[in-house]
Amino acid sequence: MYATQYHKAISLDDARSQLAAADDAKLLAGGMTLIPTLKQRLAQTDLLIDLADTGLTLIEDTGSHLKIGAMCRHYDVETSTLVATMIPMLGSLAGGIGDRQVRNYGTLGGSIANNDPSACYPAALMALGANIHTSERDIAAEDFFVGMFETDLDEQEIVTAVSFPKPDKAAYVKFPNPASRYAMVGVCVAVMDGDVRVAITGAGQDGVFRHNDMEAALSEQFSAMAIETVAIDEEMLLSDIHAGADYRAHLVREMTRRAITACQP
Amino acid sequence: MTQLSMTVNGQPVSHDIEDNMLLVTYLRETLALTGTHIGCDTSQCGACVIHINGVSAKSCTVLAVQAEGKDVTTIEGIASGDRLHPMQQAFHDQHGLQCGYCTPGMVMSAIELVQANPALSEQDIREGLEGNICRCTGYHNIVKAVQTGAQAMRKA
Repeated sequence: MYATQYHKAISLDDARSQLAAADDAKLLAGGMTLIPTLKQRLAQTDLLIDLADTGLTLIEDTGSHLKIGAMCRHYDVETSTLVATMIPMLGSLAGGIGDRQVRNYGTLGGSIANNDPSACYPAALMALGANIHTSERDIAAEDFFVGMFETDLDEQEIVTAVSFPKPDKAAYVKFPNPASRYAMVGVCVAVMDGDVRVAITGAGQDGVFRHNDMEAALSEQFSAMAIETVAIDEEMLLSDIHAGADYRAHLVREMTRRAITACQP
Repeated sequence: MTQLSMTVNGQPVSHDIEDNMLLVTYLRETLALTGTHIGCDTSQCGACVIHINGVSAKSCTVLAVQAEGKDVTTIEGIASGDRLHPMQQAFHDQHGLQCGYCTPGMVMSAIELVQANPALSEQDIREGLEGNICRCTGYHNIVKAVQTGAQAMRKA
């Protein structure tokens, strides 16, 4: 790891002012991606601003939404009774990320700000039409996830929480890479006020995306049969040492089938 | 450089360290607590698992400065004098190891699993140890050891 300075922010305001004052700073949430990246010297920074003590760990029912603080660890979401009551799909998604030690540190805010094309959370945010709260504004999930490892966040902006509307029913199913546990393909199917939404992670060259044709087919008839003949464009899918685009296309359909079957309120 | 203070295995420690030092490096090289192993160094194998405030962590993926003021427990800190921790004893009794390289991490992960869920099933153990890799592939006895250790921890 290259030399760096470390600052543990004592509040969100402190983190904001440190970020504004520094030429080149990075925010440290759980560090489960950032620290390995720094260790491999794939990234370098003059200053790490640790958000661990900034609060941002509240999970609350706002009436219309389930609001989860950006610094909630995957383990917090996995074990939260409020999450299990309001949107159980999110609890089981969080419980399937990485391994126990990764879930003990990795956070919701860190995951979405990194926007790894194989991360699980982006699929849930897109499928539910979540709202991302930052230190500056609110951003709709559709506008937030811009491309691979790319978001709409400004340099000075800090994710503070995510608000999830409660779906009629939803499920997230992934085919985990057997070594890394990242989603080779992960599909979140949600029915929101009668509308069917299908968001796919792990497969797209530009990161998470919604599959409009499958959504249309499922709006007509909500069953695994309905997507049998929907075309899945391999041209826009990732191809790497883990899986070719053709195999990923197969997994997209299969994981969508499983998610439809697993859908629960 | 930052002055770092924390408690390790019940003892207060304090050193001036570089901000980019990993916690595992601090434990092994500064404190000479070499029971915590470095296996893959890429956060996958779990040989470096320790507890920070009772929560298991891969110490190769945490900066030492992040543990400022925290209570860190390593494999060296779980026995009571000459008496092994029930989970250590269970690994010994069930031969839950072959080469032993992964064992410190396995034991530390297992203790947290049992503390969180004293009545855990075989499936819970196998899933709970996903973040600990044994290159000898000796998982069968490891699972038996955790079952035995869980029983002993419930009695203790």
